[in-house]
Amino acid sequence: MSTNLRYELRCRECQTRWGNQPISFCQNCFAPLEVAYDWDRIGKEVSKDKIAGRATNLWRYKELLPLPDNYDGSTPAGFTPLLKAAKLGETVRSRSLYLKNDAVCFPTLSFKDRVVAVALTQARHFGFDVVSCSSTGNLANAVAAQAARAGLKACIFIPADLEPAKVLGTQVYGAQIVRIDGNYDHVNRLCSQIADKHRWGFVNVNLRPYYAEGSKTVGYEIAEQLGWRLPDNIVVPMAGGSLITKIYKAFKELIDLGFVEEKQVKFFGAQATGCSPISVAVKSGRNEIEPQKPQTIARSLAIGNPADGFYAAKTILGSGGWAEDATDPEIVEGMTLLAESEGVFTETAGGVTVAVARKLYVQGRIRPDETTVLCITGNGLKTTDALADKFDTVEPIPPKLAAFEQFLETQFSGARAAGKGAA
Amino acid sequence: MSVKVSIPSAFRRHTEGADHCECDGTDLAGLLDSLGSRFPDLKPHLRDEQGNVRRFLNIYVNDEDIRFLGKDYKFKEGDEVTLVPSIAGG
Repeated sequence: MSTNLRYELRCRECQTRWGNQPISFCQNCFAPLEVAYDWDRIGKEVSKDKIAGRATNLWRYKELLPLPDNYDGSTPAGFTPLLKAAKLGETVRSRSLYLKNDAVCFPTLSFKDRVVAVALTQARHFGFDVVSCSSTGNLANAVAAQAARAGLKACIFIPADLEPAKVLGTQVYGAQIVRIDGNYDHVNRLCSQIADKHRWGFVNVNLRPYYAEGSKTVGYEIAEQLGWRLPDNIVVPMAGGSLITKIYKAFKELIDLGFVEEKQVKFFGAQATGCSPISVAVKSGRNEIEPQKPQTIARSLAIGNPADGFYAAKTILGSGGWAEDATDPEIVEGMTLLAESEGVFTETAGGVTVAVARKLYVQGRIRPDETTVLCITGNGLKTTDALADKFDTVEPIPPKLAAFEQFLETQFSGARAAGKGAA
Repeated sequence: MSVKVSIPSAFRRHTEGADHCECDGTDLAGLLDSLGSRFPDLKPHLRDEQGNVRRFLNIYVNDEDIRFLGKDYKFKEGDEVTLVPSIAGG
């Protein structure tokens, strides 16, 4: 590192360094920026023991994140459960399957709480009064909630057709919503133009290099929760494609720090068939992305022109992994399979991950004895409309024992034999 | 055909500060040639060494990504072109 900084922005292509400022792309070659660290210095400051002694939230990895000196780490985001998924494992014929369950991430029940936690430390550091984002919903919720706690104004841009729970789950925190007639890619392009003109802290535009680093904590936690080991495979849903590249970065950093043994983890990307620009590229062996017009119930993944598509495809292909996609009916099946087998209610994006993982086992790309982690990134209570017609309406019965006995006979016969006489 | 092109702030040091310009061009290739000859410092940022539009440069015609309109798209009277370096989001 050429300066005395613990971290700074660096161009992903021409490697020019830009210090720390709210910009997302290289001012010379216009390629994206990412955060580079002074690992010699950080390696002396952090250890596994130090991390283990800290509170169970993402701030336990503070040395590995781009945080200003005086950051406020009072929102305990992250450190979600890593669940052994034995029943789902039986269904897909895996003997070592885990779920990284960000459906219960604090405070807004998606992995976006992680990236926003990091982004808002920098928003405050750079002195922004207004924070903003383009969002397919989960990010909107996370920015609105954490801005409320941080005392920042929030202005959130969303596609007009977003799920009602995600709109309400933004407005409740007092955020201003701007609904755009168009899809996410229209919203995103508009936000790039607004960020070019107004001095606002757009977490996923001008603060994006810092924001994206928050996703690394998914990777750190998986390794730590496996007893400082890396899995053999990881299946990650892809929208903009950033998360999968940041988990890769996290694993590599842990190897370089000597916290885990070196291993070539295979990265598998999951998309909805109705919005699959990255999986299409991977399947044809290319990194170059052809944009698509999204048409899928997995609206949180509906990004047709993914910012990190090129890097996501490169990461997957370089790891020996693969990408697959799931149709809308397969997504719903994935959601219900996960709920019924593991008691985890995920949103449509999680349905995509489960459905894709199932295909990867069938194709033999993931083997039964390998340790595999599925990233469940959001909560099903936010996308209940996807399941609206899935279940029959249950008719009420009178509050009489006889009525219940009849109900048991006619509608619940499987349970009668099992339950009778149990008392 | 004269087309209005919006220039993002990152490009303006190559356009003498101009935030938009009227450019001639019947299609994308013609428009990029015209922009490049008018602003020679901007030219290397538009196309790579093979002559392809640079990977991180996004070009929109009105509200549409030009890649959806096809590479042979012919500009129409009143079209507005927006350049966005390195789309973010996600």
